[in-house]
Amino acid sequence: MEYSKEFLQSLYVTMVRIRTFEKKAEELFLQGKLPGFIHLYIGEEAIAAGAMVNLRRDDYITSTHRGHGHMIAKGADIKKMMAELYGKETGYCKGKGGSMHIADLSIGVLGANGEVAGGLPIAAGAGMAIKLQKKDNVVVSFFGDGASNRGAFHEALNWCSIYKLPVIFLNENNQFASTERVQETTSVANIADRAIGYNIPGVSIDGNDVIAVYETVKAAVERARSGGGPTLIEAKTYRIKGHFVGDPTLYRQEQEVEEHWANEPIGRFEKRLKELGMLGEEEKKNIWELAKKEVEEAVKFAEESPYPAPEEALTDLFVDDTGYDY
Amino acid sequence: MREITFSEALGEAMFEEMSRDPTIFTYGEDIAKQGGIFGAYKSLLGKFPDRVIDTPISEEVIFGSALGAALAGMRPVAEFHFADFLFTGMTAIANQIMKFRYMTGGQAKLHLVLRGPDGISKSAAAQHSESIETIFMHIPGIKVIVPSTPYDMKGLFKTALRSDDPVICFEHKMLYGLKGPVPEEEYYIPFGQADIKKEGKDVTVVATSRMVHESLKAAKNLSKEGIDVEVIDLRTLVPWDREKVLESVKKTHRLVVAHETWKRGGWSAEVASVVQEEVFDYLDAPILRVGAYNVHIPFSPPLQDFVVPDSKSVEDAVRKVVGGAV
Ligand SMILES: Cc1ncc(C[n+]2csc(CCOP(=O)(O)OP(=O)(O)O)c2C)c(N)n1
Repeated sequence: MEYSKEFLQSLYVTMVRIRTFEKKAEELFLQGKLPGFIHLYIGEEAIAAGAMVNLRRDDYITSTHRGHGHMIAKGADIKKMMAELYGKETGYCKGKGGSMHIADLSIGVLGANGEVAGGLPIAAGAGMAIKLQKKDNVVVSFFGDGASNRGAFHEALNWCSIYKLPVIFLNENNQFASTERVQETTSVANIADRAIGYNIPGVSIDGNDVIAVYETVKAAVERARSGGGPTLIEAKTYRIKGHFVGDPTLYRQEQEVEEHWANEPIGRFEKRLKELGMLGEEEKKNIWELAKKEVEEAVKFAEESPYPAPEEALTDLFVDDTGYDY
Repeated sequence: MREITFSEALGEAMFEEMSRDPTIFTYGEDIAKQGGIFGAYKSLLGKFPDRVIDTPISEEVIFGSALGAALAGMRPVAEFHFADFLFTGMTAIANQIMKFRYMTGGQAKLHLVLRGPDGISKSAAAQHSESIETIFMHIPGIKVIVPSTPYDMKGLFKTALRSDDPVICFEHKMLYGLKGPVPEEEYYIPFGQADIKKEGKDVTVVATSRMVHESLKAAKNLSKEGIDVEVIDLRTLVPWDREKVLESVKKTHRLVVAHETWKRGGWSAEVASVVQEEVFDYLDAPILRVGAYNVHIPFSPPLQDFVVPDSKSVEDAVRKVVGGAV
């Protein structure tokens, strides 16, 4: 492998930061500290980490209901993320959105999304704007296997294909759409095969291999930046946790989860780094400790932040804050 | 009388009618294996393995196929998962289902039911909290039922499953766990018959769904102030029981209409307007409406509480229309 230690460790660090955030979010939710519901990215970290290193700060992404990992990898402020999960005034959306609606336009995150496949048409639109403004930015649109059964997916692929838009459709095939297995609801064995119908490249990769994700997305980004149009990438992974925290997961056996845990992306990459002599025990310990410290600080920040004043609910509908009454 | 939950009442209605009518089948996301996100269909798959079907996340087809299946001799019950995702497949409903019979000169009886949860819950935020029953009252072509108790749920839903016209049923998320008396014997509740949930002589409060319970709570509190509130549960919005509301207003001379949805353009405006058209001379005070502020449902608990009406909002409105006259 021709990559530098620094580069490879940076991928590892991103995955560890996501994992640490998600573990904490799970713990806080189970303690009853977070309202609403949250969907965890545990076991899927390689996709966000491997994809996002190819992007510039001013490139765009559209995210999903399972979006914490995308946010962190794109460079979001985890203090503001955590505060949003708590519903606090200092959160990304001032407490109006919660986990499922976090956005940060300053780093090109065009929003998580509570609607499955809701981000794909938005990505198409961002792609049009880039093209019209003759910029060389790209958009990466994340979506699940379940989302690929919505019309919005098919319409967006066709759209971006005919206009040759700089959009990378990054499918996170974690084998499940809530209680339903991908094989039961999807007509193809590989979601990447759906690219054929839209005359764009479709690639299916091991989504738990951060280097494979990095290299595949890199090629697609280069193609998009140079006017080559969209690519569909299917990153195959496995949803280790329930659909949401608290999901009774009656639709699968614990043993199946354990088998997949053996293949989780952080452990796998760690092994590879060690074999290459690029991650010592001490370094590893430091990386995890730093991540833990960062998350603890975010929790402290969130807990010490006030809730928004109730009347704040009436702001932000329109730019002049009208429209809420009559 | 025995008591069962709202959710069990729905399950019983489905079970009884599916046993009677082999053309009834039901489908949607997560309804077979899981029994629906709120568990109402828990035992249904075991009893009717061919007629309870998990579908892909394809809302336009979930709703549109209900029309096709009905035209071809079946009686589909399609689930919309969350009322918010009615929008996702709205064209199949508003442009197809609701117009079909009329456009084709009355050729078809549309034996189909759409059903699912609506309303707020604990911080589900803007894309999982919608109450949009008014839209289906505004666009002609579907019967709208909005049960508030287990008794009404079962009786209305059994009628829906025998209706010759399309029906949409909104089940408030906070009501699924509510227990109430439901007789063992078979019964049906006809559409268009409001239910007086509490008799009173000073003010009429018209409500549906969760707001019926908030109104009853308000009535209880107001009785301590000597205000005797009559609470009318419309139970169905298309058709709605004009006669019962007019009769009540003729008796009390005061009216408050309460719903969880936005106040602007909410169905309360329709009721208020019909009442003043018909019995203006009986009114002793302006008709007041209770509804949400015209913003989206925010995530943070204090914000959600502020936006959405509750028993206090009903109390305030009642005090205002009474204006010290009682
Ligand atoms: C349009 C729409 N339909 C249904 C839902 C409810 N829902 C939320 S997540 C989900 C499953 C999504 O599966 P997938 O796209 O594979 O993503 P994953 O959860 O596996 O990451 C469903 C059905 C929704 N949010 N939006």
